[in-house]
Amino acid sequence: MSQAVAAPGTRRLGRQSVAFARPPVILGTGAVVGPMENQGPLAGSFDHAYPDLLAGQESFEQAEREMMLNACRTALQKAGVTPDQVDFFLAGDLLNQLITSSFTAAELGIPYLGIYGACATSAQGLALAAMLIDGGYARRVLVACSSHNGTAERQYRYPVEYGSQRKPYAQWTVTGAGAAVVASPDLGSGPRITHATLGKVMDLGIKDPYNQGAAMAPAAADTIRQHLLDLGCRPEDYDLIATGDLARFGKEMAAELLARDGGLDLGDRHVDCGMLIYDLDRQKVHAGGSGCACSAVVTYGHLLRRMAAGELRRLLLVATGALLSPTSCQQGDSIPAVAHGVVIER
Amino acid sequence: MRPVAKKPVKADQRRYQRLVQEREPRPPRLRNACAAFLSGGAVCVLGQALTDFYQAVLGLDRQAAGNPAIATLIFLGALLTGLGYFDKLARFAGAGLAVPVTGFANAVTSSALEFKREGLVFGIGSKMFMLAGSVITFGVVTAFFVGLVAAVIHR
Repeated sequence: MSQAVAAPGTRRLGRQSVAFARPPVILGTGAVVGPMENQGPLAGSFDHAYPDLLAGQESFEQAEREMMLNACRTALQKAGVTPDQVDFFLAGDLLNQLITSSFTAAELGIPYLGIYGACATSAQGLALAAMLIDGGYARRVLVACSSHNGTAERQYRYPVEYGSQRKPYAQWTVTGAGAAVVASPDLGSGPRITHATLGKVMDLGIKDPYNQGAAMAPAAADTIRQHLLDLGCRPEDYDLIATGDLARFGKEMAAELLARDGGLDLGDRHVDCGMLIYDLDRQKVHAGGSGCACSAVVTYGHLLRRMAAGELRRLLLVATGALLSPTSCQQGDSIPAVAHGVVIER
Repeated sequence: MRPVAKKPVKADQRRYQRLVQEREPRPPRLRNACAAFLSGGAVCVLGQALTDFYQAVLGLDRQAAGNPAIATLIFLGALLTGLGYFDKLARFAGAGLAVPVTGFANAVTSSALEFKREGLVFGIGSKMFMLAGSVITFGVVTAFFVGLVAAVIHR
Protein backbone atom coordinates (compact mmCIF):
# COMPACT_ATOMS: atom_id res chain seq x y z
CA MET A 1 0.00 0.00 0.00
CA SER A 2 1.31 3.43 -0.86
CA GLN A 3 1.84 5.41 2.28
CA ALA A 4 1.03 9.07 2.22
CA VAL A 5 2.82 10.91 4.96
CA ALA A 6 3.28 14.64 4.82
CA ALA A 7 6.82 15.93 4.92
CA PRO A 8 7.80 17.19 8.38
CA GLY A 9 6.45 20.64 9.03
CA THR A 10 3.90 20.49 6.24
CA ARG A 11 0.43 19.10 6.56
CA ARG A 12 -0.70 19.83 3.04
CA LEU A 13 -0.84 17.11 0.44
CA GLY A 14 -1.20 17.96 -3.23
CA ARG A 15 -3.74 20.47 -4.41
CA GLN A 16 -6.75 19.83 -2.16
CA SER A 17 -5.82 17.51 0.69
CA VAL A 18 -4.38 17.67 4.18
CA ALA A 19 -2.78 14.97 6.31
CA PHE A 20 -3.14 15.32 10.04
CA ALA A 21 0.17 15.15 11.90
CA ARG A 22 -1.49 13.66 14.98
CA PRO A 23 -4.82 12.32 13.73
CA PRO A 24 -7.74 13.48 15.90
CA VAL A 25 -10.08 10.79 17.18
CA ILE A 26 -13.85 10.43 17.23
CA LEU A 27 -14.63 9.97 20.92
CA GLY A 28 -18.36 9.45 20.67
CA THR A 29 -21.19 9.70 18.17
CA GLY A 30 -24.94 10.13 18.19
CA ALA A 31 -27.27 9.07 15.39
CA VAL A 32 -31.02 9.59 15.68
CA VAL A 33 -33.57 8.99 12.93
CA GLY A 34 -37.24 9.23 12.04
CA PRO A 35 -39.64 6.33 11.55
CA MET A 36 -38.87 5.42 7.92
CA GLU A 37 -35.12 5.23 8.44
CA ASN A 38 -35.64 2.73 11.22
CA GLN A 39 -37.75 0.51 8.99
CA GLY A 40 -34.97 0.14 6.44
CA PRO A 41 -32.03 -2.27 6.25
CA LEU A 42 -30.17 -0.40 9.02
CA ALA A 43 -33.05 -0.63 11.53
CA GLY A 44 -31.70 -0.92 15.05
CA SER A 45 -28.29 0.59 14.20
CA PHE A 46 -29.24 4.01 15.52
CA ASP A 47 -29.09 5.44 19.02
CA HIS A 48 -32.69 6.56 18.91
CA ALA A 49 -35.58 6.32 16.46
CA TYR A 50 -38.63 8.56 16.73
CA PRO A 51 -41.97 6.88 16.06
CA ASP A 52 -43.27 9.83 14.01
CA LEU A 53 -42.03 12.89 12.13
CA LEU A 54 -43.17 15.34 14.82
CA ALA A 55 -41.05 13.74 17.54
CA GLY A 56 -43.38 15.06 20.24
CA GLN A 57 -43.04 18.67 19.06
CA GLU A 58 -45.50 21.12 17.54
CA SER A 59 -43.86 21.56 14.15
CA PHE A 60 -41.45 19.70 11.89
CA GLU A 61 -38.89 22.47 12.40
CA GLN A 62 -39.01 21.98 16.18
CA ALA A 63 -38.83 18.23 15.65
CA GLU A 64 -35.62 18.65 13.66
CA ARG A 65 -34.11 20.73 16.49
CA GLU A 66 -35.11 18.09 19.00
CA MET A 67 -33.38 15.48 16.85
CA MET A 68 -30.15 17.46 16.52
CA LEU A 69 -30.08 18.22 20.24
CA ASN A 70 -30.69 14.57 21.05
CA ALA A 71 -27.88 13.47 18.69
CA CYS A 72 -25.50 16.01 20.30
CA ARG A 73 -26.36 14.98 23.86
CA THR A 74 -25.94 11.31 22.92
CA ALA A 75 -22.52 11.97 21.36
CA LEU A 76 -21.40 13.97 24.40
CA GLN A 77 -22.62 11.29 26.76
CA LYS A 78 -20.92 8.49 24.83
CA ALA A 79 -17.72 10.53 24.72
CA GLY A 80 -18.03 11.07 28.46
CA VAL A 81 -17.73 14.84 28.27
CA THR A 82 -19.92 17.77 29.26
CA PRO A 83 -20.65 20.75 26.99
CA ASP A 84 -18.27 23.02 28.94
CA GLN A 85 -15.38 20.69 28.08
CA VAL A 86 -16.03 21.19 24.36
CA ASP A 87 -14.25 24.12 22.69
CA PHE A 88 -16.33 24.57 19.56
CA PHE A 89 -19.63 23.41 18.08
CA LEU A 90 -19.73 23.19 14.28
CA ALA A 91 -23.14 22.41 12.86
CA GLY A 92 -25.22 22.73 9.72
CA ASP A 93 -28.58 21.80 8.27
CA LEU A 94 -30.69 22.54 5.20
CA LEU A 95 -33.09 25.14 6.56
CA ASN A 96 -32.81 28.81 5.70
CA GLN A 97 -30.26 30.61 7.90
CA LEU A 98 -29.36 27.28 9.58
CA ILE A 99 -32.08 27.64 12.18
CA THR A 100 -31.85 24.05 13.40
CA SER A 101 -28.15 24.39 14.20
CA SER A 102 -28.42 27.82 15.78
CA PHE A 103 -31.32 26.88 18.05
CA THR A 104 -29.44 23.75 19.08
CA ALA A 105 -26.31 25.80 19.76
CA ALA A 106 -28.38 28.07 22.00
CA GLU A 107 -29.33 25.05 24.11
CA LEU A 108 -25.80 23.66 24.32
CA GLY A 109 -23.98 26.88 25.14
CA ILE A 110 -20.78 25.91 23.26
CA PRO A 111 -19.03 28.55 21.07
CA TYR A 112 -20.60 27.95 17.69
CA LEU A 113 -19.91 28.22 13.98
CA GLY A 114 -22.74 27.47 11.58
CA ILE A 115 -21.46 25.65 8.51
CA TYR A 116 -23.22 25.02 5.22
CA GLY A 117 -22.29 22.44 2.63
CA ALA A 118 -25.82 21.15 2.02
CA CYS A 119 -25.62 17.36 2.34
CA ALA A 120 -21.79 17.52 2.36
CA THR A 121 -21.98 19.18 5.79
CA SER A 122 -21.15 15.95 7.66
CA ALA A 123 -17.68 15.57 6.10
CA GLN A 124 -17.15 19.34 6.06
CA GLY A 125 -17.68 19.40 9.83
CA LEU A 126 -15.38 16.45 10.48
CA ALA A 127 -12.64 17.96 8.28
CA LEU A 128 -12.88 21.38 9.96
CA ALA A 129 -12.97 19.86 13.45
CA ALA A 130 -9.88 17.78 12.71
CA MET A 131 -8.07 20.85 11.33
CA LEU A 132 -8.93 22.91 14.41
CA ILE A 133 -7.70 20.16 16.71
CA ASP A 134 -4.58 19.20 14.78
CA GLY A 135 -3.73 22.88 14.39
CA GLY A 136 -3.80 23.23 18.14
CA TYR A 137 -6.78 25.58 18.23
CA ALA A 138 -9.12 23.19 20.01
CA ARG A 139 -9.01 20.10 22.17
CA ARG A 140 -12.53 18.86 21.63
CA VAL A 141 -15.00 19.86 18.92
CA LEU A 142 -18.63 18.78 18.61
CA VAL A 143 -19.90 18.46 15.03
CA ALA A 144 -23.50 17.90 14.01
CA CYS A 145 -25.85 18.04 11.06
CA SER A 146 -29.50 17.27 10.49
CA SER A 147 -32.26 17.07 7.91
CA HIS A 148 -35.97 16.39 8.11
CA ASN A 149 -38.24 15.19 5.35
CA GLY A 150 -41.08 17.52 6.34
CA THR A 151 -39.01 20.69 6.68
CA ALA A 152 -36.92 20.07 3.56
CA GLU A 153 -39.90 19.27 1.36
CA ARG A 154 -41.65 22.40 2.61
CA GLN A 155 -38.67 24.59 1.81
CA TYR A 156 -37.48 23.07 -1.46
CA ARG A 157 -40.54 21.45 -2.99
CA TYR A 158 -44.19 20.94 -2.14
CA PRO A 159 -46.33 20.68 1.01
CA VAL A 160 -46.12 17.28 2.68
CA GLU A 161 -49.71 16.31 1.85
CA TYR A 162 -49.55 17.52 -1.75
CA GLY A 163 -50.17 14.63 -4.11
CA SER A 164 -47.83 14.17 -7.03
CA GLN A 165 -45.97 11.45 -8.87
CA ARG A 166 -42.24 11.60 -8.31
CA LYS A 167 -39.68 10.90 -10.99
CA PRO A 168 -37.87 7.54 -10.74
CA TYR A 169 -34.55 9.30 -10.03
CA ALA A 170 -36.03 11.50 -7.28
CA GLN A 171 -34.60 11.04 -3.77
CA TRP A 172 -36.16 11.00 -0.33
CA THR A 173 -34.87 13.39 2.33
CA VAL A 174 -33.66 11.47 5.37
CA THR A 175 -35.15 12.50 8.71
CA GLY A 176 -32.59 12.47 11.48
CA ALA A 177 -29.44 13.97 12.91
CA GLY A 178 -25.88 12.87 13.47
CA ALA A 179 -23.30 14.26 15.86
CA ALA A 180 -19.75 13.41 16.83
CA VAL A 181 -17.24 14.55 19.43
CA VAL A 182 -13.84 14.88 17.77
CA ALA A 183 -10.86 15.25 20.10
CA SER A 184 -7.11 15.39 20.29
CA PRO A 185 -5.58 11.87 20.45
CA ASP A 186 -4.27 12.73 23.93
CA LEU A 187 -7.81 12.84 25.29
CA GLY A 188 -9.07 9.39 24.42
CA SER A 189 -9.30 6.77 21.74
CA GLY A 190 -11.58 5.98 18.85
CA PRO A 191 -11.61 5.98 15.06
CA ARG A 192 -8.93 8.39 13.76
CA ILE A 193 -9.43 11.07 11.13
CA THR A 194 -6.17 10.88 9.19
CA HIS A 195 -6.76 12.92 6.03
CA ALA A 196 -9.24 15.30 4.50
CA THR A 197 -9.83 16.42 0.92
CA LEU A 198 -11.92 19.52 0.37
CA GLY A 199 -13.81 19.63 -2.89
CA LYS A 200 -14.21 22.20 -5.61
CA VAL A 201 -17.68 23.30 -6.63
CA MET A 202 -18.66 21.53 -9.84
CA ASP A 203 -21.53 22.58 -12.06
CA LEU A 204 -22.13 20.60 -15.19
CA GLY A 205 -25.42 22.31 -15.92
CA ILE A 206 -27.99 19.93 -14.43
CA LYS A 207 -31.13 21.98 -13.74
CA ASP A 208 -33.68 19.43 -12.58
CA PRO A 209 -33.91 19.79 -8.77
CA TYR A 210 -35.21 16.23 -8.58
CA ASN A 211 -32.07 14.95 -10.23
CA GLN A 212 -29.66 15.83 -7.43
CA GLY A 213 -27.76 12.59 -7.81
CA ALA A 214 -26.76 13.51 -11.35
CA ALA A 215 -25.93 17.08 -10.24
CA MET A 216 -23.62 15.84 -7.46
CA ALA A 217 -21.96 12.92 -9.26
CA PRO A 218 -19.30 15.10 -11.00
CA ALA A 219 -18.32 16.65 -7.64
CA ALA A 220 -18.02 13.21 -6.02
CA ALA A 221 -15.96 11.85 -8.90
CA ASP A 222 -13.69 14.91 -8.88
CA THR A 223 -13.04 14.78 -5.13
CA ILE A 224 -12.35 11.03 -5.17
CA ARG A 225 -9.97 11.37 -8.11
CA GLN A 226 -8.17 14.33 -6.54
CA HIS A 227 -7.99 12.59 -3.18
CA LEU A 228 -6.28 9.52 -4.64
CA LEU A 229 -3.92 11.76 -6.61
CA ASP A 230 -3.02 13.96 -3.62
CA LEU A 231 -2.39 11.00 -1.32
CA GLY A 232 -0.74 8.93 -4.00
CA CYS A 233 -2.92 5.94 -3.24
CA ARG A 234 -5.32 3.63 -5.04
CA PRO A 235 -8.94 2.61 -4.41
CA GLU A 236 -7.65 -0.74 -3.12
CA ASP A 237 -6.06 1.06 -0.18
CA TYR A 238 -9.56 1.56 1.22
CA ASP A 239 -11.92 -1.06 2.53
CA LEU A 240 -14.84 1.16 1.65
CA ILE A 241 -15.41 4.40 -0.24
CA ALA A 242 -18.77 5.72 0.90
CA THR A 243 -20.40 8.58 -0.97
CA GLY A 244 -23.01 10.62 0.88
CA ASP A 245 -26.26 10.68 -1.04
CA LEU A 246 -25.77 10.14 -4.76
CA ALA A 247 -28.45 7.43 -4.69
CA ARG A 248 -28.87 4.85 -7.42
CA PHE A 249 -28.66 7.02 -10.52
CA GLY A 250 -26.02 9.42 -9.17
CA LYS A 251 -23.79 6.54 -8.12
CA GLU A 252 -24.00 5.10 -11.61
CA MET A 253 -23.04 8.49 -13.07
CA ALA A 254 -20.12 8.90 -10.65
CA ALA A 255 -18.81 5.44 -11.60
CA GLU A 256 -19.11 6.39 -15.27
CA LEU A 257 -17.18 9.66 -14.76
CA LEU A 258 -14.46 8.00 -12.67
CA ALA A 259 -13.97 5.38 -15.38
CA ARG A 260 -14.06 7.88 -18.23
CA ASP A 261 -11.89 10.65 -16.84
CA GLY A 262 -9.65 8.85 -14.39
CA GLY A 263 -9.60 5.25 -15.54
CA LEU A 264 -10.72 4.30 -12.03
CA ASP A 265 -12.96 1.43 -11.09
CA LEU A 266 -14.06 1.44 -7.47
CA GLY A 267 -16.12 -1.71 -7.90
CA ASP A 268 -17.85 -3.09 -4.82
CA ARG A 269 -15.76 -0.83 -2.63
CA HIS A 270 -18.03 2.06 -3.57
CA VAL A 271 -21.18 2.22 -1.50
CA ASP A 272 -23.61 5.09 -1.21
CA CYS A 273 -25.18 6.04 2.14
CA GLY A 274 -28.38 7.06 0.30
CA MET A 275 -28.74 3.49 -0.93
CA LEU A 276 -27.75 1.84 2.35
CA ILE A 277 -30.32 3.58 4.52
CA TYR A 278 -33.48 2.51 2.67
CA ASP A 279 -34.73 -0.63 1.03
CA LEU A 280 -35.07 0.95 -2.41
CA ASP A 281 -37.60 -1.54 -3.71
CA ARG A 282 -39.83 -1.85 -0.69
CA GLN A 283 -39.82 1.66 0.78
CA LYS A 284 -40.94 3.71 -2.27
CA VAL A 285 -38.07 6.18 -1.95
CA HIS A 286 -37.24 5.89 -5.67
CA ALA A 287 -33.47 6.34 -6.15
CA GLY A 288 -32.59 6.51 -2.42
CA GLY A 289 -32.00 8.88 0.46
CA SER A 290 -30.63 12.42 0.56
CA GLY A 291 -30.15 15.20 3.09
CA CYS A 292 -27.45 16.16 5.60
CA ALA A 293 -28.51 13.42 7.97
CA CYS A 294 -28.12 10.71 5.33
CA SER A 295 -24.33 10.36 5.34
CA ALA A 296 -24.12 11.34 9.02
CA VAL A 297 -26.45 8.71 10.47
CA VAL A 298 -25.18 5.98 8.13
CA THR A 299 -21.55 6.77 9.05
CA TYR A 300 -22.11 7.14 12.79
CA GLY A 301 -24.81 4.49 13.15
CA HIS A 302 -23.59 1.87 10.71
CA LEU A 303 -20.10 2.35 9.22
CA LEU A 304 -18.28 3.23 12.44
CA ARG A 305 -19.98 0.29 14.14
CA ARG A 306 -18.62 -1.96 11.42
CA MET A 307 -15.23 -0.38 11.99
CA ALA A 308 -15.44 -1.01 15.73
CA ALA A 309 -16.39 -4.61 15.00
CA GLY A 310 -13.20 -4.96 12.98
CA GLU A 311 -14.90 -5.32 9.58
CA LEU A 312 -13.49 -2.06 8.23
CA ARG A 313 -10.03 -0.71 8.75
CA ARG A 314 -9.84 2.30 6.45
CA LEU A 315 -12.82 4.25 5.18
CA LEU A 316 -13.07 7.19 2.80
CA LEU A 317 -16.27 9.13 3.40
CA VAL A 318 -17.14 11.46 0.52
CA ALA A 319 -20.19 13.50 1.50
CA THR A 320 -21.90 15.17 -1.43
CA GLY A 321 -23.93 18.38 -1.39
CA ALA A 322 -26.22 20.00 -3.96
CA LEU A 323 -25.83 23.73 -3.38
CA LEU A 324 -29.15 24.83 -4.80
CA SER A 325 -31.74 27.12 -3.29
CA PRO A 326 -35.45 27.22 -4.12
CA THR A 327 -34.90 30.67 -5.64
CA SER A 328 -31.95 29.67 -7.82
CA CYS A 329 -33.91 26.71 -9.13
CA GLN A 330 -37.05 28.66 -9.91
CA GLN A 331 -34.98 31.26 -11.74
CA GLY A 332 -33.64 28.50 -13.97
CA ASP A 333 -30.08 28.29 -12.64
CA SER A 334 -28.21 25.03 -12.76
CA ILE A 335 -27.25 23.14 -9.59
CA PRO A 336 -23.70 23.62 -8.27
CA ALA A 337 -22.43 20.74 -6.16
CA VAL A 338 -19.56 20.00 -3.82
CA ALA A 339 -18.07 16.88 -2.23
CA HIS A 340 -15.71 16.70 0.73
CA GLY A 341 -13.76 13.62 1.73
CA VAL A 342 -12.39 12.45 5.09
CA VAL A 343 -10.38 9.34 5.77
CA ILE A 344 -11.37 7.49 8.93
CA GLU A 345 -9.10 4.72 10.18
CA ARG A 346 -9.36 2.25 13.00
CA MET B 1 -33.57 45.83 -15.13
CA ARG B 2 -30.81 44.50 -17.33
CA PRO B 3 -31.27 40.87 -18.25
CA VAL B 4 -28.61 38.57 -16.83
CA ALA B 5 -26.20 37.37 -19.49
CA LYS B 6 -26.65 33.68 -20.22
CA LYS B 7 -23.66 31.57 -19.27
CA PRO B 8 -22.19 29.82 -22.29
CA VAL B 9 -22.57 26.05 -22.13
CA LYS B 10 -19.16 24.43 -22.08
CA ALA B 11 -18.25 21.29 -23.99
CA ASP B 12 -17.90 19.13 -20.87
CA GLN B 13 -21.28 20.37 -19.63
CA ARG B 14 -22.91 19.44 -22.92
CA ARG B 15 -21.24 16.03 -22.89
CA TYR B 16 -22.37 15.30 -19.32
CA GLN B 17 -25.92 16.50 -19.91
CA ARG B 18 -26.16 14.18 -22.91
CA LEU B 19 -24.90 11.27 -20.81
CA VAL B 20 -27.46 11.99 -18.07
CA GLN B 21 -30.26 12.29 -20.60
CA GLU B 22 -29.34 8.97 -22.15
CA ARG B 23 -29.07 7.09 -18.89
CA GLU B 24 -31.64 8.58 -16.55
CA PRO B 25 -34.41 6.15 -15.67
CA ARG B 26 -37.66 6.95 -17.47
CA PRO B 27 -40.99 7.19 -15.66
CA PRO B 28 -43.31 4.28 -16.53
CA ARG B 29 -45.45 6.31 -18.94
CA LEU B 30 -47.82 3.55 -20.04
CA ARG B 31 -48.51 2.48 -16.46
CA ASN B 32 -49.02 6.12 -15.42
CA ALA B 33 -51.37 6.76 -18.33
CA CYS B 34 -53.45 3.67 -17.52
CA ALA B 35 -53.60 4.60 -13.81
CA ALA B 36 -54.62 8.16 -14.70
CA PHE B 37 -57.29 6.90 -17.12
CA LEU B 38 -58.82 4.54 -14.58
CA SER B 39 -58.65 6.85 -11.55
CA GLY B 40 -59.65 9.97 -13.50
CA GLY B 41 -62.55 8.00 -14.96
CA ALA B 42 -63.57 6.85 -11.49
CA VAL B 43 -63.62 10.47 -10.26
CA CYS B 44 -65.82 11.41 -13.23
CA VAL B 45 -68.21 8.49 -12.58
CA LEU B 46 -68.47 9.61 -8.97
CA GLY B 47 -69.13 13.18 -10.15
CA GLN B 48 -71.88 11.97 -12.46
CA ALA B 49 -73.43 9.87 -9.70
CA LEU B 50 -73.42 12.89 -7.40
CA THR B 51 -75.01 15.05 -10.12
CA ASP B 52 -77.77 12.47 -10.65
CA PHE B 53 -78.25 12.23 -6.90
CA TYR B 54 -78.64 16.00 -6.43
CA GLN B 55 -80.96 16.15 -9.47
CA ALA B 56 -83.21 13.51 -7.91
CA VAL B 57 -83.05 14.61 -4.27
CA LEU B 58 -82.92 18.40 -4.53
CA GLY B 59 -85.04 18.59 -7.67
CA LEU B 60 -82.42 20.65 -9.52
CA ASP B 61 -81.97 20.66 -13.27
CA ARG B 62 -78.86 19.09 -14.84
CA GLN B 63 -76.93 22.34 -15.02
CA ALA B 64 -77.64 23.42 -11.44
CA ALA B 65 -76.99 19.97 -9.93
CA GLY B 66 -73.36 20.21 -11.13
CA ASN B 67 -72.52 22.83 -8.50
CA PRO B 68 -73.23 20.80 -5.34
CA ALA B 69 -71.63 17.78 -7.08
CA ILE B 70 -68.38 19.72 -7.62
CA ALA B 71 -68.53 21.06 -4.06
CA THR B 72 -68.82 17.50 -2.77
CA LEU B 73 -65.77 16.39 -4.79
CA ILE B 74 -63.81 19.36 -3.46
CA PHE B 75 -64.88 18.41 0.06
CA LEU B 76 -63.79 14.80 -0.46
CA GLY B 77 -60.41 15.91 -1.91
CA ALA B 78 -59.83 18.21 1.04
CA LEU B 79 -60.94 15.58 3.56
CA LEU B 80 -58.65 12.92 2.10
CA THR B 81 -55.78 15.43 2.13
CA GLY B 82 -56.41 16.24 5.78
CA LEU B 83 -56.56 12.58 6.72
CA GLY B 84 -53.28 11.98 4.91
CA TYR B 85 -54.57 9.62 2.20
CA PHE B 86 -54.58 11.91 -0.81
CA ASP B 87 -50.83 11.96 -1.42
CA LYS B 88 -50.71 8.17 -1.25
CA LEU B 89 -53.58 7.84 -3.73
CA ALA B 90 -52.07 10.48 -6.02
CA ARG B 91 -48.76 8.64 -6.09
CA PHE B 92 -50.64 5.89 -7.91
CA ALA B 93 -53.23 7.93 -9.80
CA GLY B 94 -51.10 10.89 -10.92
CA ALA B 95 -53.00 13.08 -13.38
CA GLY B 96 -56.17 11.08 -12.69
CA LEU B 97 -56.54 12.91 -9.39
CA ALA B 98 -54.59 16.08 -10.22
CA VAL B 99 -56.55 17.21 -13.28
CA PRO B 100 -60.12 16.97 -11.88
CA VAL B 101 -61.22 19.45 -9.24
CA THR B 102 -59.85 17.08 -6.57
CA GLY B 103 -56.32 18.20 -7.54
CA PHE B 104 -57.25 21.80 -6.92
CA ALA B 105 -58.74 20.90 -3.54
CA ASN B 106 -55.56 19.04 -2.61
CA ALA B 107 -53.27 21.90 -3.69
CA VAL B 108 -55.20 24.40 -1.54
CA THR B 109 -55.70 22.16 1.51
CA SER B 110 -52.16 20.82 1.61
CA SER B 111 -50.75 24.38 1.47
CA ALA B 112 -53.13 25.54 4.18
CA LEU B 113 -52.10 22.63 6.43
CA GLU B 114 -48.42 23.15 5.69
CA PHE B 115 -48.36 26.79 6.74
CA LYS B 116 -50.86 26.55 9.61
CA ARG B 117 -48.06 27.23 12.10
CA GLU B 118 -47.27 30.56 10.50
CA GLY B 119 -50.63 31.93 11.64
CA LEU B 120 -54.17 32.40 10.41
CA VAL B 121 -53.53 35.48 8.28
CA PHE B 122 -49.97 35.21 6.95
CA GLY B 123 -49.83 31.43 7.11
CA ILE B 124 -53.14 29.93 6.02
CA GLY B 125 -54.60 33.11 4.53
CA SER B 126 -51.79 34.05 2.19
CA LYS B 127 -50.03 30.75 1.56
CA MET B 128 -53.17 28.68 0.92
CA PHE B 129 -53.06 29.65 -2.75
CA MET B 130 -49.32 29.18 -3.12
CA LEU B 131 -49.78 26.30 -5.58
CA ALA B 132 -53.33 26.94 -6.75
CA GLY B 133 -52.95 30.69 -7.23
CA SER B 134 -51.77 30.41 -10.81
CA VAL B 135 -54.85 28.31 -11.67
CA ILE B 136 -57.06 31.13 -10.43
CA THR B 137 -55.04 33.85 -12.16
CA PHE B 138 -54.99 32.18 -15.55
CA GLY B 139 -58.55 30.92 -15.11
CA VAL B 140 -59.80 34.47 -14.60
CA VAL B 141 -57.70 35.87 -17.45
CA THR B 142 -58.85 33.12 -19.84
CA ALA B 143 -62.49 33.55 -18.79
CA PHE B 144 -62.24 37.29 -19.45
CA PHE B 145 -60.97 36.85 -22.99
CA VAL B 146 -63.36 34.03 -23.82
CA GLY B 147 -66.18 36.22 -22.48
CA LEU B 148 -64.98 39.09 -24.65
CA VAL B 149 -64.91 36.93 -27.78
CA ALA B 150 -68.33 35.45 -26.95
CA ALA B 151 -69.81 38.94 -26.45
CA VAL B 152 -68.50 40.11 -29.84
CA ILE B 153 -69.78 37.01 -31.67
CA HIS B 154 -73.24 37.02 -30.09
CA ARG B 155 -73.93 40.70 -30.68
